[in-house]
Parts: sequence; structure tokens; C-alpha cells
Amino acid sequence: MTPFNINKIRSEFPILSEKAYGKPLVYFDNAASSQKPKVVIDALVDYYSTTNANVHRGVHFLSQKASTAFDAVREKVKTFINASSEREIIFVRGTTEAINLVASTYGRKNIGQGDEILISAMEHHSNIVPWQMLCEEKGAVLKVIPMNEKGELLMDQLPALLTDRTKFVSVVHISNSLGTKNPVKEIIRQAHAKGIPVLVDGAQSTAHEVIDVQDLDADFFTFSGHKILAPTGIGCLYGKLHLLEAMPPYQGGGEMISSVSFEKTTYNEVPFKFEAGTPNIADVIALGTAIDYWKQLDRKAAGAWEKELLNYATKLISEIPTVTLIGIAAEKASVVSFVIEGVNAMDAGMFLDTKGIAVRTGYHCTEPVMHFFKIPGTIRASFMFYNTKEEIDALAENLTKAIALLQTHSVA
Amino acid sequence: MSTLLEIEKEILSDFELFDTWEEKYHYIIELGQKLGPLEDKYKIEEYKIKGCQSSVWLNGEERDGKLFFSADSDSTFVKGEIALLMMVLSGQTAEDVLEAKLEFIDALGLRQHIAVTRANGLASMIKQMKTYAFAMSSANK
Repeated sequence: MTPFNINKIRSEFPILSEKAYGKPLVYFDNAASSQKPKVVIDALVDYYSTTNANVHRGVHFLSQKASTAFDAVREKVKTFINASSEREIIFVRGTTEAINLVASTYGRKNIGQGDEILISAMEHHSNIVPWQMLCEEKGAVLKVIPMNEKGELLMDQLPALLTDRTKFVSVVHISNSLGTKNPVKEIIRQAHAKGIPVLVDGAQSTAHEVIDVQDLDADFFTFSGHKILAPTGIGCLYGKLHLLEAMPPYQGGGEMISSVSFEKTTYNEVPFKFEAGTPNIADVIALGTAIDYWKQLDRKAAGAWEKELLNYATKLISEIPTVTLIGIAAEKASVVSFVIEGVNAMDAGMFLDTKGIAVRTGYHCTEPVMHFFKIPGTIRASFMFYNTKEEIDALAENLTKAIALLQTHSVA
Repeated sequence: MSTLLEIEKEILSDFELFDTWEEKYHYIIELGQKLGPLEDKYKIEEYKIKGCQSSVWLNGEERDGKLFFSADSDSTFVKGEIALLMMVLSGQTAEDVLEAKLEFIDALGLRQHIAVTRANGLASMIKQMKTYAFAMSSANK
């Protein structure tokens, strides 16, 4: 007996009944991008069929209809992550743009020579490179909270890393390559005790946890729509209002201005100050539909099901001889990353692909994590609430076959 | 020695036996597993073509006016791809290697599978093989 109606849920996602090379598709690349329920796909078609017009400018019927639908989503996102005001929600392309926005505005304004920015050892490249670019520009220093062999942050080292020079902390909530759930609330508490603002990269966590930015007391929180059942090309930056108001604008253009003359331009209010140009109207509206989907989903049951999938997969995969799990933190999301002795990860991934099973192989945009474990990459299976144990059985069975075919030497 | 185009044709007729990606995958893995060893002295940075998900070590040398390649990779599939390239290019003259269009690669129907692993580096391997050919042909002028 499954804790919730998995068959009904699967039927809501058209792609899950697709075939890959004539075989049932097994989609285990959810950490890279989630699949979309039909309601979200329909929202896009419906928008272009019945509503399409530019927002906030036209006096005509369609523009007003589009503007109303568009504006309603900001309120939905506010509730979804429990922000205190919809003005704290900025639409961006995704987490990468959100972090770049904060680095280029808050960072440029507040971080100077010799200042320190603190990240963690398990950041995605998108939460490393924007800060490195800023450090290079300002002569600031990037510091890293280290981790242990299980893939857990060494929290006992945090107090010493939060120095008088630390001006910003940017840390991932759930690691995409290890699955580790980081104690961000505690990190924020310690940083705030020293007056340091914290950005939480929620690219992975938003799909697996109910997010409450006020409870976390995060100063900034980012997520990508495409990882939470919404289309690609849309994401959100949450920022505390007083911080957003004090930040300079990001890009210049229409929508972000209040008035323009050749002598002087005054900027629009938050959040519009950060949203230059015509926004991604269709995807914002479909993001709203995705949030509606999350609202009607029994998230507690979905979370419990993902936990069950994680435990099941962890057991099955770790029992396969010559497999080593990478990332065995006590607190984990539904991600299983592993290496196989004598088998190249890409070769195994391609083998699984021939069987219709989609996994990801390689660095997962976390090259420093791979250097830490001294491995050339992992095979990663990441699960969503719409996956099944039968799919995990297929993965384990075919992994055994892949090993039989590919292992370059006999391993005792 | 067959000409380059003749060998390409032979490979293509072999591939015609395969209907599915799975069969092609197994064939290439088999080629990879059969690829002769590369001497350890070439498994150094100088001979390395670095990719995101796999590394390739490639050496080319001249014997009797022909160019011969040897290679290795940490990926068996990539070794299979090298084996395919070597079947066509190894033992040919530098000029023929330089002029080779290698149109058979597209006809294999593998692009959709190998293009995605952008660092898989088939293009880099071909480029490196042509670099050896260019060096050999320049040295002989």
C-alpha cells in the first residue's frame, strides 16, 4: 500500500507514460529538472491561446487580462515560501540569475577589499562563480565551510569562519550532487548574531520541503521554476524588503524605471526595479499553476513517499558489489549519488539510457565536491514524488548488468 | 590497404545490422574493449585530451610513410569511438587523414547520443588526429 495514490499522480504527468527507445521511460534526473503536470503545460497553451499581450502597459482587454494573471502569481509565490510581502518576490530566469543579481547589486555595493564571502564545500558552480567574480573585482576573499566524508558540513568550524571581515554568507539548502540537507537555519542564526546576511540557494530544496523564509530568517532565498514542476526560464529571488530597497538596480531598461530623461533616471519601486524589460509572462503564469499544484498536493505524504524511495534505493544500490555511495549524510533529500569500481560513470549512464533509464553522470556542476572525494564524477539518480519502487528495481537490475558488461577488471 | 572511404563503407554496412541504440552501444563497447593497449609512457598530460566526463590519451606516429595511432580512455565507450576513428584513419597517409571528411560518423546515427555528452570529445579527438597528420605532412615537405 502506497501512502498516496501514485497511479493518479503519475497520470497527471503526460511525459511519464512516454517511451524511450520503445521502453517505459524511467526518469531519475529530477534534480536537474522536474517533469511538468498537464495543468502546467495547459497553462502555457491557454496563455498563448487566450491571454497573450504585454503586461503593465496596455489599456486594452488582453493586456489587462495578462497583467491580472501575471500579478496574481507574485502573491502565490509569497504564500508558497511564506514571504511577508509580495514586493519581496523578484522574477528572474532561475537560481543562477538570482545569485548573480544579488552578487552584482548587494555584493557590489557592500563588499570591498579584504572582505570575506562565505560559501560551503558543496556549492553548485552557480553559487561559487558569481562570488569569485565579485571577489576578483573587489579584492575580496572567498571562504569555504568544509565538509566531512559523509558530505556533511563541519558546523563546529563555522564560528571561526564568521569573522569580522565576513560580509556575506551564501549557502546551499540541499546539495544537488550529494543530497545533503544543510542546517541553514542554524547557519543563519550564527551569521545573524554577527550581523551578516545570508542567501539560501533553494534550487533543490523547494521541490522537497515546504519553504518558510520567515522561519528560516533567510535574507535572500532563490529557486528555479523548472525544478518545481514549472517551465524553464522562470525562477524567483526572495529578499527582505529593506535589503532590496537599499540595493542598486540590476539591469537597466523598461519597467524598472519611474521616469527617464537624458539628464536623470529615477528607478521604479521594488520589485520592478529588478525586472527590466518585458517579463517572462507565460512562464510566470505557468509557475502560478505549478504552485497551485503543490498546494493541492499532500506534501506531507509526498515527502514521506520520497523518503521511502530514498531509503529503498539506498539499500538496493548500496547492496550491489563494488558500488560506493557518495554522500551519506544523516539528513538527505531523495538523491543517490554513487561510483562503481572499474566502471566509468558515463559508460554506465549510457548503458542505463539504452534501457530507457535517465540518470545523470559527471560532476553535476559541483567540481569541487568531486575533487574532495577524489573521483572523476558520479552516477546520480534523483527521485521525485511521482517515481516508483518498480522504477528503482529496474535501475538496480540494470546497474548489475552494466557492471557485468563494463567492469574493466575483476574486483575481488 | 583499403582506402579511407572503403573502410567507412564497411563500417556503415556493419552498422546496418543494428536497429537500436542499444545494439549500437554494445557494438561500440565491444570495440572499446578490444582496442589495443596504449604504452604507459603516453598516458601523460602531453598526450591527454581532457573532457568533462572522460579523458583520452592519443599518440600518432609515422611508420613507412603512414600515420598510425594508438589511444586509451577511462571510458570504454569513448575507446570504442576512438577504435572506429582508428579503423578509418590509422595506417593512412598524412594527406588522406588531413582530407578525411569522416562523413560516415553522421550516417552511424550516433550523433544524438554522443552530442549530448559535449565533452565526450569526438570532435577533439578528430582534431588531434588531424594535428598529428598536419605535423607529419609539414615535416615531410
